[in-house]
Amino acid sequence: MAQVAARPASSVDMEGRPWVGRSIERVEDAALLTGRGRFIDDLGSPPGTLHAAILRSPHAHADIVSIDAEAARRAPGVAAVLTGEQVKALTSSLVVGVKAPVECWPIATERVRYVGEPVAVAVASDRARAEDAIELIHVEYRPHAAVVDPLAALAADAPVLHDGFPGNLASDRSFSYGDPAQAFADAPHRFSIDIHYPRNSCTPIETYGVIASHDAAEDAFDILANFQGPFSIHTVISRALKVPGNRLRLRTPPDSGGSFGVKQGVFPYIVLIGAASRAVGRPVKWIEDRLEHLTASVSATNRSTTLSAAVAADGKILALDWDQVEDCGAHLRAPEPATLYRMHGNLTGAYDIRHVKVRNRVVVTNKTPTGLNRGFGGPQVYFALERLVQRIAIGLSRDPLDVIKRNLVPADAFPYRTATGALLDSGNYQEAIAKAVDHGKLAELRERREEARAQGRLYGIGFTAVVEPSVSNMGYITTVLTVAERRKAGPKNGAQATATVALDPVGGVTVHVASVPQGQGHRTVLSQVVADVFGLKPQDVRVNTEIDTAKDAWSIASGNYASRFAAAVAGTAKLAAERIAARLARIAASQLNVEPVDIVFASGFVASKHNPENRIAFSRVAALSHWSPGSLPDDTGQAIRETLFWTPPELTAPDDEDRINSSLCHGFIFDFCGVEIDRTTFETRIDRYVTMHDCGTILHPGMVNGQIRGGFAQALGAALYEEYAYAEDGSFLTGTFADYLLPTTAEVPEPQIIHLATPSPFTPLGAKGVGEGNSMSTPVCIANAVADALGLADVTLPLVPARLADLVRGPEPEPPAGQLKAAPARAGDRRLRGDGSASVNRAPEHVWTMLLDPGTLQAVIPGCQRVDRVSDTHFRAEVTLGIGPVTGRYRADVQLFDLDPPHAVTLRGSAEGALGFGNAEGRIMLEPDGKGGTRLRYGYDAAIGGKIASIGGRLLDGAARVIIGQFFAALAREAGGGASASAFSLPALLGWLARLFGGRR
Amino acid sequence: MKPAAFDYLRAESVDEVLEGLSNEGGNARVLAGGQSLMAMLNMRLAKPKLLIDIMRLKELNRIEEQAGVVTIGASVRQAALLAWPELARTLPLLALALPWVGHVQTRSRGTICGSLAHADPSAEMPLALIALGGQVHLRSARRRRRLAASEFFLGMMATARAEDELIEAVSFPAQGGSRCAFREVARRHGDFAIVACVAVATPNGVRFAVGGVADIPMARDWPRLDGSALDDALNGFAYELGARNDVHATARYRRDLVRIIGRDLVREVLQ
Repeated sequence: MAQVAARPASSVDMEGRPWVGRSIERVEDAALLTGRGRFIDDLGSPPGTLHAAILRSPHAHADIVSIDAEAARRAPGVAAVLTGEQVKALTSSLVVGVKAPVECWPIATERVRYVGEPVAVAVASDRARAEDAIELIHVEYRPHAAVVDPLAALAADAPVLHDGFPGNLASDRSFSYGDPAQAFADAPHRFSIDIHYPRNSCTPIETYGVIASHDAAEDAFDILANFQGPFSIHTVISRALKVPGNRLRLRTPPDSGGSFGVKQGVFPYIVLIGAASRAVGRPVKWIEDRLEHLTASVSATNRSTTLSAAVAADGKILALDWDQVEDCGAHLRAPEPATLYRMHGNLTGAYDIRHVKVRNRVVVTNKTPTGLNRGFGGPQVYFALERLVQRIAIGLSRDPLDVIKRNLVPADAFPYRTATGALLDSGNYQEAIAKAVDHGKLAELRERREEARAQGRLYGIGFTAVVEPSVSNMGYITTVLTVAERRKAGPKNGAQATATVALDPVGGVTVHVASVPQGQGHRTVLSQVVADVFGLKPQDVRVNTEIDTAKDAWSIASGNYASRFAAAVAGTAKLAAERIAARLARIAASQLNVEPVDIVFASGFVASKHNPENRIAFSRVAALSHWSPGSLPDDTGQAIRETLFWTPPELTAPDDEDRINSSLCHGFIFDFCGVEIDRTTFETRIDRYVTMHDCGTILHPGMVNGQIRGGFAQALGAALYEEYAYAEDGSFLTGTFADYLLPTTAEVPEPQIIHLATPSPFTPLGAKGVGEGNSMSTPVCIANAVADALGLADVTLPLVPARLADLVRGPEPEPPAGQLKAAPARAGDRRLRGDGSASVNRAPEHVWTMLLDPGTLQAVIPGCQRVDRVSDTHFRAEVTLGIGPVTGRYRADVQLFDLDPPHAVTLRGSAEGALGFGNAEGRIMLEPDGKGGTRLRYGYDAAIGGKIASIGGRLLDGAARVIIGQFFAALAREAGGGASASAFSLPALLGWLARLFGGRR
Repeated sequence: MKPAAFDYLRAESVDEVLEGLSNEGGNARVLAGGQSLMAMLNMRLAKPKLLIDIMRLKELNRIEEQAGVVTIGASVRQAALLAWPELARTLPLLALALPWVGHVQTRSRGTICGSLAHADPSAEMPLALIALGGQVHLRSARRRRRLAASEFFLGMMATARAEDELIEAVSFPAQGGSRCAFREVARRHGDFAIVACVAVATPNGVRFAVGGVADIPMARDWPRLDGSALDDALNGFAYELGARNDVHATARYRRDLVRIIGRDLVREVLQ
C-alpha cells in the first residue's frame, strides 16, 4: 500500500506531529466490538409505550375498496388500528419535490401503488399482538395493471399512477451547455450507449426504528428515530405532523447500525408513528423488520439512460448528449428527484468536455419509492459514461486507458469549472493515473490477460476514472425547477455545517456536531482535530454526536450524507476550536506577559513560543472563564463554549443558465481490475482490483481505507449480486437475504488501495469525501472488465452468471427424440402453468355434479373450512392452503365459466390472505374412460403475489403443483367413495406430472 | 417478524413427542434445529399450535454404525455428523456434501433429519439420501415403519411422513469404498443450490443424482457410459428434470450445469 499523505495541522502536538493523519484507535470501537453499542432498540422506551405493526399491500397497484378492521380493533391488547383515512385526518401530505398537484402520504389512501405500501397500522401492547391484529384486518382490493419499467411507464397506454403526473412523468427538463448541436454536427464520430441501471440498496444491518410521543398539552412531538439527515427533512416532518418546527423535537440514538443514506428514508415512518402516538395518546414504538426493510424501505433509483458522444478521430470527446429517465418508484418523496440532480455539475466526469446536452425525465412506477443511497446518482451516471468510454476505445481501435487519458481535465486547470457548472476544486488526474498504473502493476496485469487468453480462458481488464463529489450544495435540487420557478421559490444554496466546542470548569474539552454518524468513527476524528488545535491528546476531548433538535445547533444541511463529514463537519469543528483557542491565547498571553502571537498550544500547556518554559497548564487557562471571568483581559469574551456555523461560498444557487456547482469537493478515483469468467458456471472472479483515491488531506488513514473497502464491498454487490427484482406484474421478488444477495467476506477480495493527496483549497482541513467513490467507480469497472473478457457490447448489472451464459453460449443441445423441447420463457413472466390428469372411479356425469356442489367442494378443496354458494356458478370459500409447515388462510372466490356439462368447465378464481394473493384460471375436461370411470384432464395458469412471492419465489411453482395435486387427489377419493390407491395417488400424480412437465417449461 | 402464539413442549421422552404429534397432528411441528422452521415462524409462514423440541432427547442424539449401515438420530446436528471421525470412511459423500449445507453457524444448530423433514428441493441431505439409497425411520404412537428415500420425498417440501409421525432417524448404507463425487453451484457459498450433483459408483456403473432443479432430488442409474452415450443420457435427464427460471438462474443454465458437471462427475467416479 502506498504512503498516505497528511497535511500538517496548524498547531503542534506533544511529539511535534499532529494527531490528524494518524490511524489512532477508534473511540467508538470498545463499545461496538463488545456488544455495548446503544442502538434505538436497545434504549429504554418511556413507560406506557405501545408497539406498532404495519399491514402492507400485497398488490403493486390496486384501489382499496374497503378496509374492515373491526376484528383487529377488538383483539386482545390492541389500542388502535389506523387506516389511511385516519392518518390523513391527523397529518398533511408530505412535500413533493416538483411542482405538481400530487399528494404523498406515509400510508396508502384510496389506492396502493407498490407492494409493501402501508395500508393500516395496528397499535398494541406488544409487537406480537400488533402483528396478530394486522392479520385480522380484511382489505378488499380492486387490482389495476402495474408498470415497473421506467420506459414502459412513459408509453401512451401505460397505467397511470397519479393523476397529477400525466403519463407518469413527474418532471421533464432539457438543458444545453456550450454548443452541443454544432459539436455533434462537426465531429467525425458519434458513439451511443443504452443503459438500464438496476435497483439496489445498501441494506444497513440495523433497520429503521421510531419511538414517537405526542404531548397533547403542548401539542408537541418528541421523536427518537435513527434518522440520518439531511435535517431539511425536519421541515417536511413537522409540516406533515401539523406542528411548527419548534414543536417537533427530533432526536437520534447514540449509535446507528449503518445507513449509507438509507436511513434518510425513515422519515415517512416518523410521520406515521407520530400520527399513531397522537391518535392513542401514548408513546408508540416501531422497529422495522427485515422483510419490511427489503420490501418497502427505500432503494436507489433504477435509471434508463441513452448517452451519446461526439468524438474526434484521436478519441477526444467533444460533446455529450444525456437522455436520462429516472425511476423514483411509486411516490416522489423528498428529497427526490435529488438522485438525478446530485451529479448535474459532474455529468462530464473527470473529463474536459465543453458541450453538453441533457434531457432529464423523472417517472413514477409501481415500485418502492427511492431515496438516499451510497453513491447517490454516481453509479447511474458513471455506468453510462465509463461504459461509453470503453465503447469509444473499441470503436476507434484504441486502448481504453488512452481514451481516458486523452480526455482528462488538465492538471494545471484547477479550480476547473465544468460545462454544467461544477467547480472542481483540486486534483492531478494524470499523476494519479501514472501512480496507479505503476504501483498497481498494470503491465503485469496485461500479461496475465494474454497468458489466460492463450490458454483459452475468459479474462478481461476494465478501467474507470471518476470524480467523486462530496458536500452537497443544498440548492442543487432546485435545478429541477425552471428559472422562473426558482425565482418564485427563493434561492437555496450552501451547506451549513455546525460544530460546538465547550470547555468545562476543569479544562475538559467537549465537542458536539450534528453529523449523525452510523459507525464511521466521527467521534475519533473530531477528537484528533480538536486535540491538535489545543495541543492536547485525543482522549482529552470528548465528542458527542447525538442530535436533539430542541437543544443542539443544527441546520437543514445537518446529518450524515453526501460524504460531508471530513470536508465540512470536521473542518467546522477545527474552526470552532480555533476561535476558542484564539481567546485562550489572549488570556494566556496576559498571564504570561507575552503577545498573543507568541502563544503556542502543546503538550497540555499554553506556552510562549520563544520561551517554552514560560507556560501555563491548558486546564488553568481553560477554566478561567468559569471561575474568574473578572480576570479575563478586556474584550476577550468568554472562552466556555463556541458554536460555529460554516458554509462554503463556492456553493451558490443554480444560475440562470442552469449551471450548478452541485458539490463543494471533488475527489478523484482511478480503478482498474482483471476478472476471469468461469467457462462452466459463468461466475465472475475478481483476479485483481486496484483503486487509486485522491480525497485531499487524509485525516485518519485507517478509516479512509475502511471507507474504501466498505464502498468497494457494496459496489461489488451491486456489480455481481444485488437487485431489487420485480416481476412484470409488480410483484416484489427479493424479500429476503436468500434472494437479495449481499457479498460476504468470502466473496469480497482485498482491493489494492493507492493514494494521492491534493488538498482541497475550499475546506478547512483540505479534506474531501471518500466514502462513496467506489460505489460509483467499481460497478462499471467490473462491467468493463467483463465486457472485455466476453467481447460484449452491452452488459447489464448485476452480472448474474445465467444471464452472462445466455449472452455467450450457442444453441442448446436438442432434447432426445420423444421429449418435448423447452418453451422459451419470457423474461419477467412468472405465471405458473401446468396441466395434468387423474382417473376417478365414477362416471363423468357424477363427477360433474360433484364439481358444482359446494358440499363436495368443501370436502375436496385442501383445507377448506366452508363454501358459500353465491350462485350456481359462483362460490366463496375459506381455505387453509399449505405445503410442509407453510400454511396460510385464504378467502377464495371461484366462478365457473364455459360450462359444457358433463364434458368441460373453466374455473376462474382468486384467493387472498395474510401471506399474499393468487389468481388462477383452469379448464377441467371430463371424458369416460371406458370402464365406467372418468378420465379427468386439467390445465391451469396461475399468478401468485404478495408476501409469499417476495420470500418464497423459488418454491411457488412446485407448491402450486402440490396443492393442485391435493385437490384432484381429494376429488378422486371423494368420488370413489374410498377410491383405490391404484386408481389415484398423490405420488403417482406427482410422478406423472414430473414426466409431463419435463421439458415443458 | 414475531411469531403467532404457540405452545412449546420440551419433550423429555420420545413417547411425549409421539403423544404431542398424535394429539395435535398437523398443528404440531417438531423443532429439530430450527434453521428453517424458526424463520418460518417469525415470518408467520408457519403457525403451528404446538412446537415440540426434541433436542434434549439423548436417545435421538446417536450416530451408529452397524452391519454396514450408519444410522443418525433425529437430534444429531449437522456439525456433529461432520465432526464424526468415521464419516469420511463410512459415508465419504456426506463428508463432501455437508460443508455445503448452509454455513458453519447454521450447521451447528441444524439437524440431518430436520433437513430431510423439510424436504427443500435444493437441500443437500435429501440429495445424498436419494443418491445413496438410504431409509427414513418413522415412528408414531401407532406404528414404526421405514421408507426408502424414493418413497419418502413426494414433492416440493412434501414428504410421506404422516402428521402423527416423527422422523426418528435416518440410515445410510455405508459406501464401502465405492467412489463418489459431489459438486454444487450456488450464487454464493451456502446459498440454495442452483444445481447440486452427485455421482456414486455402483456395481454395474453409476448412479447420478441432481438436486435444486426438480421438486425433489432425482437419480438415474446408468451402466458404464462415456462419450456420446453419456452425453445423451445426461441431456435426456437434464430435460426430464423440468428446470424452471427464477431470479438466480434460468432453466437452460440449470440444464447446462447438469450436462457439464454431470459429465465431469460421472467420469470422475468411473475412472
